[in-house]
Amino acid sequence: MKVLVPIKRVIDFNVKVRAKSDETGPDLTNVKMAINPFCEIAVEEAIRLKEAGTAQEVIAISIGTNACKEQLRTALALGADRAILVETEIEVEPLGVAKLLKAVVEREQPELIILGKQAIDDDSNQTGQMLASLLSYPQGTFASKIKIEKGKINVTREVDGGLQTVSLDLPAVVTTDLRLNEPRYASLPNIMKAKKKPFDTLTPEELNVDASPRIEILKVSPPPERPTGIIVNSVDELIEKLKNEAKVIS
Amino acid sequence: MSILVIAEHDNDELKGATLNTITAAKEIGPDIELLVVGFSCDAVVEKACLIPGISKVLVADKETYKNFLAENIGSLVAEIGSDHSHILASATSNGKNFMPRVAALLDVAQISEIISVLSEDTFERPIYAGNCIATVKSSDSIKVITVRATGFDDCESEGGSAPRENLDQDTNLGISAFVSEELAKSDRPELTSADVVISGGRGMQSGENFRLLEGIADKLGAAIGASRAAVDSGFVPNDMQVGQTGKIVAPNLYIAVGISGAIQHLAGMKDSKVIVAINKDADAPIFQVADYGLVADLFDALPELESKL
Ligand SMILES: Cc1cc2nc3c(=O)[nH]c(=O)nc-3n(C[C@H](O)[C@H](O)[C@H](O)COP(=O)(O)OP(=O)(O)OC[C@H]3O[C@@H](n4cnc5c(N)ncnc54)[C@H](O)[C@@H]3O)c2cc1C
Ligand SMILES: Nc1ncnc2c1ncn2[C@@H]1O[C@H](COP(=O)(O)O)[C@@H](O)[C@H]1O
Repeated sequence: MKVLVPIKRVIDFNVKVRAKSDETGPDLTNVKMAINPFCEIAVEEAIRLKEAGTAQEVIAISIGTNACKEQLRTALALGADRAILVETEIEVEPLGVAKLLKAVVEREQPELIILGKQAIDDDSNQTGQMLASLLSYPQGTFASKIKIEKGKINVTREVDGGLQTVSLDLPAVVTTDLRLNEPRYASLPNIMKAKKKPFDTLTPEELNVDASPRIEILKVSPPPERPTGIIVNSVDELIEKLKNEAKVIS
Repeated sequence: MSILVIAEHDNDELKGATLNTITAAKEIGPDIELLVVGFSCDAVVEKACLIPGISKVLVADKETYKNFLAENIGSLVAEIGSDHSHILASATSNGKNFMPRVAALLDVAQISEIISVLSEDTFERPIYAGNCIATVKSSDSIKVITVRATGFDDCESEGGSAPRENLDQDTNLGISAFVSEELAKSDRPELTSADVVISGGRGMQSGENFRLLEGIADKLGAAIGASRAAVDSGFVPNDMQVGQTGKIVAPNLYIAVGISGAIQHLAGMKDSKVIVAINKDADAPIFQVADYGLVADLFDALPELESKL
């Protein structure tokens, strides 16, 4: 089978982002960028399917500016066979991303699309579900385990109360949770080899998709600050403060 | 036009998150309909009808909806919601699963995890793991919204008498099926609605050592949570994870034990009213958000705390 893996270029997860002082957006000057951690897990899962002989081809795709090539090259170095950049200067919202992905799915006809469950910048947690809906495909979101058998995929999902397993007809959409796998690192020889792998660039116009935003960001501000706390010297003092100062225990 | 709120429940019990979501709906507008979709869920419907300020309770009680498969629920909610101004659901794993399908079917954006309502089309939501708050304005004709429970108080749960209206819809796309579930059983309060939460991290060293938290949780009527490291190390199950990608909690008292305070953990608990941190490393970032920090070895501090409470 063919597997499509959409990956998003986002800030590195260790960066603590602050709002710009004029509140027009997050301050992203000189921050380190990376593949969204959940997308890394998606790439890893696709490569494992290939290594197991279940998948024949893994295609990585990203929607964004030319800079996304960096993350797509990483995906190629990790083991994806080819990459597609849908190049656009506008910040595409999840619905727009899903529409662009749908257009690519119609061209490429993958049987499985593995996305991250959420992008750690916008924290939307929407794109996979929207894509599945637009295609009328079933979805296995927040996956911690997948198993492909006889034209179906079983997905074990992390839900609020524990775990749920569903069986989906293929083609299907899966979104990854943290415990699905532990992604590998790209080796130097593979980074070199990745440079020779096929790389296509498309535009939203070529795909005939209107991906214009529906939501206007009026401002981006810092969260309310917490008052500075104190260090207590003993368990006795802690209990005393919780009882008499904070009044949260009796 | 009215606002449609989707009730969060497990066919037996109406979940508390529904009440927070109704509060958000009331801040948007006065005309609110509640949809209960599930199977054999009369007990839930009875409770739903008692919530004050609901104009009617729509009920889709069909076997198709028993396990809340997103494919089927998404289609139903899009159909019912298409003549409403807003569709709201709680940002639970269930709400997060089906709501984007609703938005896509209606060709509108989804606004995820709002924490406040500024007007009928303008909302606040956290981004970048809660390190920024975005004020967003939607230009769509129908606003599809998930609501973060910690952003809104519970509404009243009794005193109303909304009429029940049964729906005939039985939309089964037939492309997905439920196989099994393993749900954690616990006598403790639910993590996301508990007044007190005590969480353990990698510093706990083993699942066995979580017993040290249990004694304290018993005394405080607390729920027990965990960091991702504690879950990943197999100390405790995934449904206990607090954080950006786990559960968001905001209890009156949050006690973090052996947790360093990574950005992703803070994202899930820093709106708690009072935060206590117990950590042996005085430089651990968790102390930056703690109201009361205790620099101590947890293996000394926890037994002492339990005995003195
Ligand atoms: C995409 C992504 C999403 C994530 N989502 C989440 C999330 O939702 N929730 C989450 O929690 N994490 C999340 N993480 C992981 C997060 O980055 C941290 O790795 C994790 O929170 C660390 O857990 P910890 O504090 O228990 O472990 P550590 O960082 O290892 O800290 C252990 C702490 O215990 C203290 N300690 C050790 N022994 C003792 C002792 N005897 N007494 C007292 N103190 C002691 C140490 O001083 C240390 O501070 C996510 C990461 C990524 C990449
Ligand atoms: N611009 C993008 N390019 C490629 N994939 C994306 C993009 N935005 C979102 N995705 C995919 O959708 C997932 C969820 O993102 P979101 O819905 O924004 O939280 C990500 O982990 C990616 O797999």
